[in-house]
Amino acid sequence: MTDETSKKPNTGVSRRAMLAGGTALTASLFLPKQLKAADYPTSEVNTTGLAVTDDTVTIGILHSITGTMAISETGSVQAEKLAIEQINAQGGILGRKIEYIQEDGGSDWPTFAEKAKKLLVNDKVASVMGCWTSASRKAVLPVFEQYNGFLYYPTFYEGLEQSPNVIYTGQEATQQIIAGLDWVAKEKGAKSFYLLGSDYIWPRTSNKIARKHIENYLDGAKVVGEEYYPLGHTQFNSVINKIRLKKPDVIYAIVVGGSNVAFYKQLKAAGIDMTKESPIVLTISVTEDEIRGIGGENIEGAYACMKYFQSLTNDNNQEFVKSFKEMWGDDMVIGDVTQAAYLGPWLWKAAVEKAGSFDVDKVRAATPGIELTSAPEGYVKVHDNHHLWSKTRVGLAKADGQYDVVFETADLVEPDPFPEGYQ
Amino acid sequence: MFADYSMSELGAIFAMQGFAGLILFSVFVLMALGLAIIFGQMGVINMAHGEFMILGAYVTYLVSNFFAAYLPGLFSAYFFLAMILAFIASGALGLFIEWSMIRHLYKRPLDTLLATWGLSLILQQIYRSVFGAREVGVSIPDWMMGSMPVTDLIEIPINGIFVMVLAVGISLAVYVMMFRSGWGKQVRAINQNRVMAGAVGINTEWTDRLTFGIGCGVAGVAGSAFTMIGSTGPTAGQLYIVDTFLVVVFGGAASLLGTIASAFSISQAQSIMEFFLSGSMAKVLTLLIIVGILMIRPQGLFAMKLRK
Repeated sequence: MTDETSKKPNTGVSRRAMLAGGTALTASLFLPKQLKAADYPTSEVNTTGLAVTDDTVTIGILHSITGTMAISETGSVQAEKLAIEQINAQGGILGRKIEYIQEDGGSDWPTFAEKAKKLLVNDKVASVMGCWTSASRKAVLPVFEQYNGFLYYPTFYEGLEQSPNVIYTGQEATQQIIAGLDWVAKEKGAKSFYLLGSDYIWPRTSNKIARKHIENYLDGAKVVGEEYYPLGHTQFNSVINKIRLKKPDVIYAIVVGGSNVAFYKQLKAAGIDMTKESPIVLTISVTEDEIRGIGGENIEGAYACMKYFQSLTNDNNQEFVKSFKEMWGDDMVIGDVTQAAYLGPWLWKAAVEKAGSFDVDKVRAATPGIELTSAPEGYVKVHDNHHLWSKTRVGLAKADGQYDVVFETADLVEPDPFPEGYQ
Repeated sequence: MFADYSMSELGAIFAMQGFAGLILFSVFVLMALGLAIIFGQMGVINMAHGEFMILGAYVTYLVSNFFAAYLPGLFSAYFFLAMILAFIASGALGLFIEWSMIRHLYKRPLDTLLATWGLSLILQQIYRSVFGAREVGVSIPDWMMGSMPVTDLIEIPINGIFVMVLAVGISLAVYVMMFRSGWGKQVRAINQNRVMAGAVGINTEWTDRLTFGIGCGVAGVAGSAFTMIGSTGPTAGQLYIVDTFLVVVFGGAASLLGTIASAFSISQAQSIMEFFLSGSMAKVLTLLIIVGILMIRPQGLFAMKLRK
């Protein structure tokens, strides 16, 4: 699965230079070249009536800033605004400043669809950064496909989807899950797994993939229990007893939202010291953002498997963390999804400049193969299937709420939204 | 399922599982007592009950931060002060809400549902504006977070014991107030016949306000205690509201004993089924059984005998 051949992430200038309007332009982020709007007449770069003027282009931001999901989505909004500000400071896109219209999905899926329609039909936005839960994405999908909008979706999710109108900047399930399971089996010698999740599509699909992988690809490993609790469930003592009875090597936890906090607090209270790694707790649903609610001391010693941790030491990330804190305050933490949301505007910028046009069809055609060398997570590249090639990492939770990166895949992991043998 | 285990292991697991059921029972009692007073005794359908609980949780959060910053030596004991302050804060808010909103609605009990639902939205937004949309992490003193090994196999979570003691304590306090004090007698009199109670000289207005305030205060204490086991965020109150109403309605709205009996039966049913089935299935079956029983007995387990 990990055979991408992106050996040269540091080529200064992409070779995909192309001609547009008689001007050679390079789609590189390293050399933020001041493109002049005058070289790109509005009539040429916008043939479909999008909200593009001679000096601005308008995009939409569509997240929940009220309701239960506001907890999670706030970080994405902040990251997107940061990216937009930085792009504007570099001269914008095709010489045009990005303006945004922000709508509130209100943690309510029909509202997301309604607001998406408003952004596309009334505001004619050129692209949308938005959605967080799979449910909200599924709700807006028909709208984006009907009105030919272009959505950048930041969350790691269950896969099994590939829309011409969506770019998935988070990892799909196989990217996130398989490397982590391989790691825990190889490094920790784990043989038995207890799968646990909140009861909805993402944990169920993810655990399905995890189970197939454990049973079919890990030598002698088995699943000793699989269980789901309703969203918002706050009492985990029974399942903790069951886990004690089964004595698994690994608790594979995909619990979300308020349940997350309850689960880890009760696990600790029940005397399961995660730092002793017996059992090991491996999760794919706890980013630095969630730890703030759980409390670092309650999850210390657990492992998380995702593509980004705030503690990554590469230069891009140092710069990103610094700018993020400058803009939003020193006490901010940055989780995996926040970083993925930050990629959205940059990927769009690169695609628009490669296409030399804001037209959705041209941007879509230009998108596969777009590379970002400046991503905080490191080099990423858009796959033909609209997902990103990216590395997967395992982090060890510390009491201060940050992760120590203990493992990262050697190569980029290919996105595989419809994994064969895992269905 | 059990063939691979020795008797002592099984015994230990069942002991711990029994204890898990008791913890769940205590949690339900704590959640429901405040509402039992307000909904059961006053007939006010308080949809903002969860938000009053979360106010208590946020007070605990503030107190813990205060102690961590200024009185680190006393940090291990801050929780007791936090619970008292939570009671005062939620109670005071309750008094204010009763005065500004609820008292105008006593003749229209169904409208209290809408009004308090609106109130819950307002409170959620206030929490969000003040404390941020994200959940806050409440640091719990170390001595409350561990577990107590009883034997090699049996470990009892300390916060579970704490919640149980608290539930028993508050239940006793509420019992004494309702059935052994003058105020309790007045509350019950008003509950049975408001006009008549007023006619014999009971200050119904003040009694109502106090009752509502105490109900909210108890909710605040519950919220404070739940920082040990759950999350503290603007919308965390919504996690509790359904279970709370379930317990109170199933028990028979007007009966405190009913609330406790119903909390016990629901928690035991759920925790036993959770052990043998999956979590979601246990919940479904619990709800089905409750719906079934309520169809046969709409007044709940324990109903007050009234002349119809």
